[in-house]
Amino acid sequence: MNASVLIVSMGLVLFAAFSLGRGRSLRMAGADGAQSLHSLPHFYGMLTMLWAVLPAIALLGGWQIFETDIIEYIAIQHLPAELRDTKSVQQGLVLNQIYHLAYSDEPSLAPEFMLRAAETIATMEQRSRWLKSVVVILSMLIGAGIVWSMIRPAMRARQRVEAIFRTTLLLCSTLAIFTTIGILLSVVFESFRFFREVPISEFLFGLEWNPQTVLHAEQVSAEGSFGAVPLFAGTLLIAAIAMVIAVPTGLMSAIYLSEYAAPRVRAIVKPLLEILAGVPTVVYGFFAALAVAPFVRDLALKLGLDRWLTVTSESALAAGFVMGIMIIPFISSLADDVIRAVPRALRDGSLGLGATQSETIKQVVIPAALPGIVGGILLAVSRAIGETMIVVMAAGLAANLTANPLDSVTTVTVQIVTLLVGDQEFDSPKTLAAFALGLMLFLTTLVLNYIALHVVREYREHYE
Amino acid sequence: MNNAQPQKNSPAERVQQSLKKRYRAEARFRAFGAFSVILGLAALLVLFVKIISSGIGAFQQTYIKLDLAYDESVLGISDPRDEDQLAVANFEGAIRAALLTRFPSVTARSDKRALYSMVSIAAAFELQDELRHAPDLLNKRRQYWLLADDDLDTYFKSLKAGDPYLGRVSPQQVEWITSLIEAGEVRKQFNRRFFTSGDSAEAEMAGILGALIGSLLTLAVTLVLSFPIGVGAAIYLEEYAPANKFTDFIEVNINNLAAVPSVIFGLLGLAIFLNMFGMPRSVPLVGGLVLTLMTLPTIIISSRAAIKSVPQSIRDAALGMGASKMQLILHHVLPLAMPGMLTGAIIGMAQALGETAPLLMIGMVAFIVDIPGSIDDPATVLPVQIFLWADSPERAFVERTSAAIMVLLGFLIAMNALAIWLRQHLEKRW
Amino acid sequence: MNLSPDDRAELKYKTVGEKFSETPKLKIRGLNVSYAEKQAIFDVNLDIGSNEVIAMIGPSGCGKSTFLRCINRMNDTVDSCRVEGSIQLDDMEICDDKVDVVPLRARVGMVFQKPNPFPKSIYDNVAYGPRIHGLASRRSELDGLVETSLRRAGLWDEVKDRLLQPGTSLSGGQQQRLCIARTIAVSPEVILMDEPCSSLDPIATAKIEELIAELSENFTIAIVTHSMQQAARVSRRTAYFHLGQLIEVNDTQHVFTNPDHQLTEAYITGRFG
Repeated sequence: MNASVLIVSMGLVLFAAFSLGRGRSLRMAGADGAQSLHSLPHFYGMLTMLWAVLPAIALLGGWQIFETDIIEYIAIQHLPAELRDTKSVQQGLVLNQIYHLAYSDEPSLAPEFMLRAAETIATMEQRSRWLKSVVVILSMLIGAGIVWSMIRPAMRARQRVEAIFRTTLLLCSTLAIFTTIGILLSVVFESFRFFREVPISEFLFGLEWNPQTVLHAEQVSAEGSFGAVPLFAGTLLIAAIAMVIAVPTGLMSAIYLSEYAAPRVRAIVKPLLEILAGVPTVVYGFFAALAVAPFVRDLALKLGLDRWLTVTSESALAAGFVMGIMIIPFISSLADDVIRAVPRALRDGSLGLGATQSETIKQVVIPAALPGIVGGILLAVSRAIGETMIVVMAAGLAANLTANPLDSVTTVTVQIVTLLVGDQEFDSPKTLAAFALGLMLFLTTLVLNYIALHVVREYREHYE
Repeated sequence: MNNAQPQKNSPAERVQQSLKKRYRAEARFRAFGAFSVILGLAALLVLFVKIISSGIGAFQQTYIKLDLAYDESVLGISDPRDEDQLAVANFEGAIRAALLTRFPSVTARSDKRALYSMVSIAAAFELQDELRHAPDLLNKRRQYWLLADDDLDTYFKSLKAGDPYLGRVSPQQVEWITSLIEAGEVRKQFNRRFFTSGDSAEAEMAGILGALIGSLLTLAVTLVLSFPIGVGAAIYLEEYAPANKFTDFIEVNINNLAAVPSVIFGLLGLAIFLNMFGMPRSVPLVGGLVLTLMTLPTIIISSRAAIKSVPQSIRDAALGMGASKMQLILHHVLPLAMPGMLTGAIIGMAQALGETAPLLMIGMVAFIVDIPGSIDDPATVLPVQIFLWADSPERAFVERTSAAIMVLLGFLIAMNALAIWLRQHLEKRW
Repeated sequence: MNLSPDDRAELKYKTVGEKFSETPKLKIRGLNVSYAEKQAIFDVNLDIGSNEVIAMIGPSGCGKSTFLRCINRMNDTVDSCRVEGSIQLDDMEICDDKVDVVPLRARVGMVFQKPNPFPKSIYDNVAYGPRIHGLASRRSELDGLVETSLRRAGLWDEVKDRLLQPGTSLSGGQQQRLCIARTIAVSPEVILMDEPCSSLDPIATAKIEELIAELSENFTIAIVTHSMQQAARVSRRTAYFHLGQLIEVNDTQHVFTNPDHQLTEAYITGRFG
């Protein structure tokens, strides 16, 4: 039974459950009609329907999650003993081959045990599909049947439906918590495994980053070095360049647009600047690599800077500059919000004393808006640190420990992407290192975001 | 000043003395502000001009005119209505023969190879299609416009722009091309292939349809999951949630997730969806799940704002009529807040459409030629396609990258325009 | 001025009382103010004498605050506001577009309805005006100016030990006196007060009123108030505004005991307010 047939039959069962539940409530009401029921008849129908569908969805989800693992476990039992017990690389390769066999019709010269395992997988999956459909439909019938048989005129059907509604909504909102937990789980566990192989002190304070390309499990012994300091330094260098560009520009354009520009100019320019915020980061990355990086390099060479500094085509300056451009609208719209929240009375007080507009802004408005502005800048820093595509495309891979903005540096996010993109074994320190970097990134941005959101909220409450 | 105290420097005089300096500071400050705005606008302008100017060429592709015959003996087939014969027919041979006829002086083996490489291998497939639709053409000689190789395409376009770029084109090939150009046998025509085919290692054959469909499938998964869940969460937080520590905790989580770097969501997808749940790599389903988690905060936050803007009086009226909380929400609050929620959803989807990093983590970065047909087919998405092409060394891919960016930006601008339109036309202001 | 026929009909009241002064500090002639489509002030003619305290009273929305804000051009900060007519400060025409508002506002200070100390220390709040205007060339001079201003505002003894604490840490009444100190630190000639006590408790109000009496020795003060008692207590003359028109202006005593105009009488006897 394929997916669409299953969905259609589930729909039919649901419809039946609704009308049966509703019908039974009306029958139970007898001659008095719906008046004697506790709730309107359709609530009885809805209750029956919900009890049919909710357990079925849970069942379906569980099945989907465990199906693959169980089938794989059974398939492994068909393998020769030396491949059976460990979760080794060979086992992975063999399993890949077996899956390939199971899904293709072509005759194959693969060893006998593989063919057997492949056949097992194919039949198991077939059976699993059938069994799943039958179990799901059955559970729907049982669920609906139980509720149906319990319907009485006094049953508080509406309250029960509302309770289910409320619980479902609660689950929706707790998804945010589960996402956070999921992020923590996924980075923390792998990081611990990484720190078992590479001491945490080497990771945090080591000055050399050179993860070896590991092709096979046997070569893991030829370990690379995992000192992340060059990555942290590169990340900070690029983020700092971005902030140097974005903070003054973003702040001043917000000030100009909210305090000086004519309403008509503001109405045109503000959305235009917001387009910058909507441009995908991959586009900025391409722009940085295609136009800005060569420009920066040529300019540096023309100025003869290469006599003193390393000048490369993938420079921190190019990536940082473009990232700064990307962050301008972010800072300017946050600053715009907080500047507008400064009460008019403060401006009037200053203007009334004969201050000029700029004196008022510099000495009254900005100090008053400072907490909000600082919060916005912290959020922007968090964005700059976590930005990935621009640096992947324009900053390069060489883990240089340098403060020279014309040199090529690499960042935490670049290394996460490089280490994890493409095929790789999941147990090597190289891939685990990406999760350790991810943990660092998550913790850093978490702290920044938390402080920033806290500061901004305090600020809002102060003026509300 | 008649009220001034009898002293040397009255306040009024001092004020007057300070004015010049202060107005200079004022002008400087103002100019700095204007300069910042102009810098932002200039960046926008340079970005768009650069992308458009380098990408506009990709919408046209170079074709070469050749006198070509579907010669039975060259093709090695007898019945063009037979699919099996068509599949093995030697269309490349026919093209080569035509090329040799056009340039009879070419005899050396390496020269021949250089000559053959001027026509794209896609030309053979086009001829095959043509013969399939018109079997009568067998053994007939006709003039065809054949798709040129990307190196030739790049050279021809750069030549027309007045800045010839040779790349891998040899002097000999230049000679041939010049002779073709002089005979009017090279031209550019609309590049339909760009919109109708998937990725390819050959630049002249590469198109964005695969990535586009991949993006649409991924977005569909994202929308189907994130909209109901986001709205549900928003309703809970606005209408039901008690003011306690747990609710606070949910809110802190939502606000923080909105600012977590997207690449972290990729790690989540890799560790949880792929490794723990054993879901397949590179598929829109997983991409959609990851993007759902990523866009949920945006949708929740904007949906809450929409719900908040429904006035208390309507709630009071409904509750006063004896409506239950659920009825109040379903019959009154949701319909009134829907335009605001949709606006938020569209903005969230636009964000998801432009997202690249998390999808790299879950393997949507594979080289995929086929156009995906469902959410569990391997696929890539537009931004990832842009990333892949940007990485390709051939110059012809630079053009395609920019063109793909134009398509992506086109979609984003359309989505944002729709959001703005919704906000202006459907949202009620109370 | 484009007036609709209805508006003209409202111009039927002719200002009664003593509009003019023998020693005018401010001469207001034919003042009309409008916001976008709506006219807020109709043809006001009035003199404000040197070192006099004049109170502006009237029902809310009568235009008294708008009138006050014209005198130091604070209405410039409202985009839709248009002012026509003439206001002369001594010999200077205020309503001229070419007039520089910065030195003007240094001569005509303003105290607002709600105390609005800047988010700075008490000292910096008072020093703000002298600093921006370059009134003190040395630190000691500035210190002296801050102390004098705080003393004249009657705040010095309360705050002298905590000058570096934020101005917002003071009580509402103290904040308002801080704002007054801030204003007089610039040595203005005229001080405009826009309902300065409306957000204060009676004790704080009494202190401010006392202060106004003292300040009147050196400054010309125009005060808008919604409290007739306050007007009676602090002012020498009182002007009654009604729907944007100046109805009556007279000696305070006279206005409150024996008003010439029936509208004034209706207002002070509490028939509308």
